[in-house]
Amino acid sequence: MPRIIKYVFYDILRTRFILLYTMFLLLSTIAMFQLDTDSSKVILSLMNVVLMVVPLVSVVFTTIHFYNSYEFIELMLAQPVNRPVIFLGEYFAVALSLCFAFTAGVGIPMLMYGSGIHGFTLLYSGLMLTLVFVSLAFLSSVLTRDKAKAIGVALLFWFYFSLIYDGLLMWIIYSFSDYPLEKITLALVSLNPVDLARILMLLQLDISALMGYTGAFYKDFFGSSLGVIFSTSVLAIWIVLPVAIALQIFKRKDL
Amino acid sequence: MKNTLLHITLIFSLSWAYAQPSRLVVQPNGKIATIKQAIALADAGDTILVKPGTYREGNILVDKSLVLVGENKPIIDAEFKHEVITVRARHVSISGFKIINSSVASMHDPAGIGAEEADFLTIKKNEFNGTFFGIHISNSHHVTVADNTLKALLRSDHETGNGIHLWQCSNAVIKNNFIHGHRDGIYFEFVTNSVIDGNVSEGNLRYGLHFMFSNDDDYTNNIFKDNGAGVAVMYTKNVKMINNRFEKNWGPSAYGLLLKDIRDSFVENNLFDQNTIGIYMEGTSRTSFKSNIFSKNGWAIKLQASCDDNIFSENNFQSNTFDMVTNGTMVLNTISHNYWDKYQGYDLNRDGTGDIPFRPVNLYAMIVERIPTAVLLWRSFLVFLLDRAERIMPAVTPENLKDNFPRMKPYDIYI
Amino acid sequence: MIYISDLSKQFGKLHALAHVNLEFSSGKSYALIGPNGSGKTTLIKSVLGMVVPTSGKIEVDGANIHNSWLYREKIGYMPQIGHYPENMRIGQLFDMVRNIRKNPPILDEELMEAFALTTIQDKRMHTLSGGTRQKVSAALAFLFNPPILILDEPTAGLDPVSVEILKDKILQEKDKGKLLIITSHIMSDLDDLATEVVYLHEGNVRYNNSIAELKDITGETRLGKAIVQMIRSLEKGIPEVINLK
Repeated sequence: MPRIIKYVFYDILRTRFILLYTMFLLLSTIAMFQLDTDSSKVILSLMNVVLMVVPLVSVVFTTIHFYNSYEFIELMLAQPVNRPVIFLGEYFAVALSLCFAFTAGVGIPMLMYGSGIHGFTLLYSGLMLTLVFVSLAFLSSVLTRDKAKAIGVALLFWFYFSLIYDGLLMWIIYSFSDYPLEKITLALVSLNPVDLARILMLLQLDISALMGYTGAFYKDFFGSSLGVIFSTSVLAIWIVLPVAIALQIFKRKDL
Repeated sequence: MKNTLLHITLIFSLSWAYAQPSRLVVQPNGKIATIKQAIALADAGDTILVKPGTYREGNILVDKSLVLVGENKPIIDAEFKHEVITVRARHVSISGFKIINSSVASMHDPAGIGAEEADFLTIKKNEFNGTFFGIHISNSHHVTVADNTLKALLRSDHETGNGIHLWQCSNAVIKNNFIHGHRDGIYFEFVTNSVIDGNVSEGNLRYGLHFMFSNDDDYTNNIFKDNGAGVAVMYTKNVKMINNRFEKNWGPSAYGLLLKDIRDSFVENNLFDQNTIGIYMEGTSRTSFKSNIFSKNGWAIKLQASCDDNIFSENNFQSNTFDMVTNGTMVLNTISHNYWDKYQGYDLNRDGTGDIPFRPVNLYAMIVERIPTAVLLWRSFLVFLLDRAERIMPAVTPENLKDNFPRMKPYDIYI
Repeated sequence: MIYISDLSKQFGKLHALAHVNLEFSSGKSYALIGPNGSGKTTLIKSVLGMVVPTSGKIEVDGANIHNSWLYREKIGYMPQIGHYPENMRIGQLFDMVRNIRKNPPILDEELMEAFALTTIQDKRMHTLSGGTRQKVSAALAFLFNPPILILDEPTAGLDPVSVEILKDKILQEKDKGKLLIITSHIMSDLDDLATEVVYLHEGNVRYNNSIAELKDITGETRLGKAIVQMIRSLEKGIPEVINLK
């Protein structure tokens, strides 16, 4: 597997996309810090990057990469190499490169300018969302042989988690506004990885407002070690489940 | 030579007799072993010096103009059965004691020091611990309460009294006290021409400062932190609220500052940091809100429609979830020359003031007003789009609630 | 040797392979022929594990290949159209394939030399012509000296000199006692290279016998003509030709 990862990694580096992505993140983060002296405003702008741009880039890049690696996969399949090794090798190589790009692009400026605990949560959320959307992209890639269709499915995942889900949630909240919904909404919010990452950030940036509605419930829950375990496990499920399903499909896929 | 010596001795003994004509010393194993005994022996104007030790004497009644001084914090313990010290005379001073364990009763409000009709009372440098009310003063004028520390046992709301409680007083000075764990930290009702300065009131169950029907007062340089509901100032006119810090008052009905039926007052140079609601105001008029910092609050200001003629100027609004929200469509207040970190306009003529107005009320804040649960979707892409749409075509937010001269850079405000 | 029993593969409604039974033994060279879309490539890909059969079983050297991959050490595969990572250089590609093997045998770099691939090893794959790609594919298939060689249209797109080089190499390997499976539409090539013929039609094995016998029965001396005869007979249903083992 390390050998496969190594070759996929080389291949990714050769396309220069990862380099561009890293530079984009690095330059925009530095620009944000330069233009704004208020580090919490920078965190806010970065939060939009983490919640919107990172999933979008991850999901699209991964899908395109998967289709571009068809030749490689075919070549490997004629060799004495196990299918899961090829597949997971691809997964880890893509996930690692995107995570590396994000950490370098956002993490380095944060270290340079200093952003404390907010920055840490942001990095954590960004990395988790990268992994989640790489997984979802792998799933959409094995679902169809058609590259355009797979990118479509991948974008739909992104669109669903970024917008449609929240729209539905809003509708539920609006329809049942007369009932105490704290725990139900907590559960519903957790079902969407983007929302979960967003709530983790809200707990730091908007805790004052959140306390007005939920009292100490959310803060106590997510602040406790149980909450940390809970949110990490939910995100981990979002990472592992799609890629596990994708692997099962890939194992039986005709190439 | 001998003559001189005699002279000195004479002067010495005479001065002794005049300067300390009646200074009584209370000591656990001394001639006077209890404070009560000393009070009984003393005449008005005398000083009673209490040596270190623990004095368990039930309720101590001070009914003469006396100066009680504790040396190295002697402990006066009422063993949860009585009010510790009761003052019923003018010109009393109590300082340097550790006053502990008053009884708990909701009917007659026992306190660490309870005073009635005690003009010119001074309470200084005492430590209160486990008292129901800390200091309870009524119908007294020209009282001074300074440098005391008051800590209540953390009990439920109805088992805890107020820290410093004044009723029907005037010309009081409440200065540099530390109050923790009471129902209300400082309570003022019908107290006029008084000053509350440099106190720290934190971790109280209800209000850090509860202030009603108390005209012409100043409260300055205080810190109100982590109280159940923040600070409430109600039914009052001519109050100056300057240089205070309102911090971390978190909860469903917690305010940095709750203003209700206030007129002709000043809220200036204060810090409102990390409160669920920075200022909640209703029925407030002709009040100036100037040079305050609102940072990291859930809602910096909730302005009810019943407020008019107020001026908000030169404040800094930074990192608040929502800057302003209102329940009305008519806006009768002036908002101008504030710094808003959410302002995205430009300043072409470089005069430090943005060229397009800023609207501090955003659509989603109005939605959250109606459906509190919706706060969970804040900062999502959906909300971002809704807000953008509203900014282009305002439909819900009040049209004329805006700052026509938003400042481009924050003011330098030191508190 | 390869043993295939009751192998079926369906793509949606299409039966690409239907109940195929075949046996390929070492030392023999099989011409796998049939019209376009008859299931040749599907069969090859099934043996390689690239296509997962709907039902049936494939054994390579007595072991079921289902869910196993190490057996592919024994197979050299030359695809019809070689797809390679486009950004790789020829040299890197060979290094990588070598690297990926856990226990590489003695390498056979004869074709690499003969096709002069070592002199252009810095060229990237996307700059190569179709013929050069074929050379790369051929060199890779023979590189590890595998006992089984599966060649899908090996001579298509090659220049005449290279065709001869490759044919010589194939014959040389055949003489070493290896198992060869070759598909081609160029009958003269097969005439030189193969000893057996397997004819697939719409996913069914319609003929499986030695080329010598086929020529004998049809009375033709050239494989091409013999096969045309055979196909005609199959269509007419003349029984003596349908001589399946």
